[in-house]
Amino acid sequence: MINYSVEINNLVKYFGRRLIFDSINFSFTSKNIYGISGPNGSGKSTLVKIIADLISPTRGKVIHKSNDKTLTPEQLHNFIGFVSPYLFLYDEFSAEENLIHFSNIRGIKFDKSHSDLLLKNLNLFDRKDDLVRSYSSGMKQRLKFIFALLHQPPLIILDEPTSNLDSSGKEIVYNLITQESKTNLVIIASNEDSDLSLCSGVIDLEKYKMKNNK
Amino acid sequence: MKAYSLFKKDWKSELRTRYAVNALAMFILVTISVIMFSIGSEKISEYLTGGLLWIVIFFSAMSGLARAFVSEEERGTTLTLHLIASPSTIFSGKLIFNLLLVFLMNFVISILFSMLFNSFIIKNYGLFAIAFLFGNIGIAISSTIIAAIISKASSKGTLYPVLSFPILLPLILTLLELTKFAMDGNSIEASFVEIAVLICYDIIMLSASYLLFDFIWKE
Repeated sequence: MINYSVEINNLVKYFGRRLIFDSINFSFTSKNIYGISGPNGSGKSTLVKIIADLISPTRGKVIHKSNDKTLTPEQLHNFIGFVSPYLFLYDEFSAEENLIHFSNIRGIKFDKSHSDLLLKNLNLFDRKDDLVRSYSSGMKQRLKFIFALLHQPPLIILDEPTSNLDSSGKEIVYNLITQESKTNLVIIASNEDSDLSLCSGVIDLEKYKMKNNK
Repeated sequence: MKAYSLFKKDWKSELRTRYAVNALAMFILVTISVIMFSIGSEKISEYLTGGLLWIVIFFSAMSGLARAFVSEEERGTTLTLHLIASPSTIFSGKLIFNLLLVFLMNFVISILFSMLFNSFIIKNYGLFAIAFLFGNIGIAISSTIIAAIISKASSKGTLYPVLSFPILLPLILTLLELTKFAMDGNSIEASFVEIAVLICYDIIMLSASYLLFDFIWKE
């Protein structure tokens, strides 16, 4: 089991001259679910993108450690699972083809049994050979979870994880998040109270301070 | 291996969507037809056909090779790539894809030229093959890095030829010279300076592309 941690030191982000957030300091550790909340435009998605090293902060540092060993940006992609509304999979491939390609590009062997298990857990197994183009938005959202979890990452970042999901889809996802948090670090960026109720701690970007939920 | 997997994904996607192949095929057909109609029954010099060959290749590259990154941006899958591979893997995978496309495209254009233009006569095939090989590698490298730069811009169509022109000009000028030498039947030894320029261009563009791609790729 990997002991994973993320340290955020004095994080500042500007878009042009507009300040998004200022001096965020925080530590995330394994076996926890953390929330990032705030009104629209407060920088939730920006913060999770910075944590995932998808964009650079204006100032400050994000340090990822796996078993106390600091990871380089080049190593990060195999340690992070990411779900977000602005993430798209390849429409011209089936769900399984997408997953096979992703495993190969990551340089890891495609684990068919794990893939099938995830497809079954997320109710997509019967449609795994259909082109993603033919999926509903809820099915695409569930497929993103398989994309995020297939390589068994120790850090799972979920930006608005329940968008496009119906009540049964939400229940599946909440069970999955709870299950993953037993071994991994989960970070959720959301405004939904039901999403944030799973979290042990929430960063409120509007106030830039930590409050305890539990 | 990871770059090869990315290339395989792109190739399979290309076979299903035919984004780049269709654009290239149509462009090649239309340009060569226009050249033939405008020439009519007039006899043109062999040097001019050599020049026309690289003009068609240059503009065909403009129309098709940008797809490598632009199609990812248009489909919104750029973020997906960010999440699954390092920048060097992505650049390498896209470069392999563009290399294959450039070689296929330029092979077809050269065959069509030799079939349709009587004055397109190569006397030293060895020299032409060297120019063709290193020229295509140079075009593929330059087009891939330019495609990455313009993929995030809003006016991609305009920006691509504008950026490509100064970057590809030294390459195209050297290729024109070498094609002329190959048509004259000059030896490879006599064309050493031009061949060295071509190889240096490829090495410089490849090194600069790998160094710059990290900054281009990350927002």
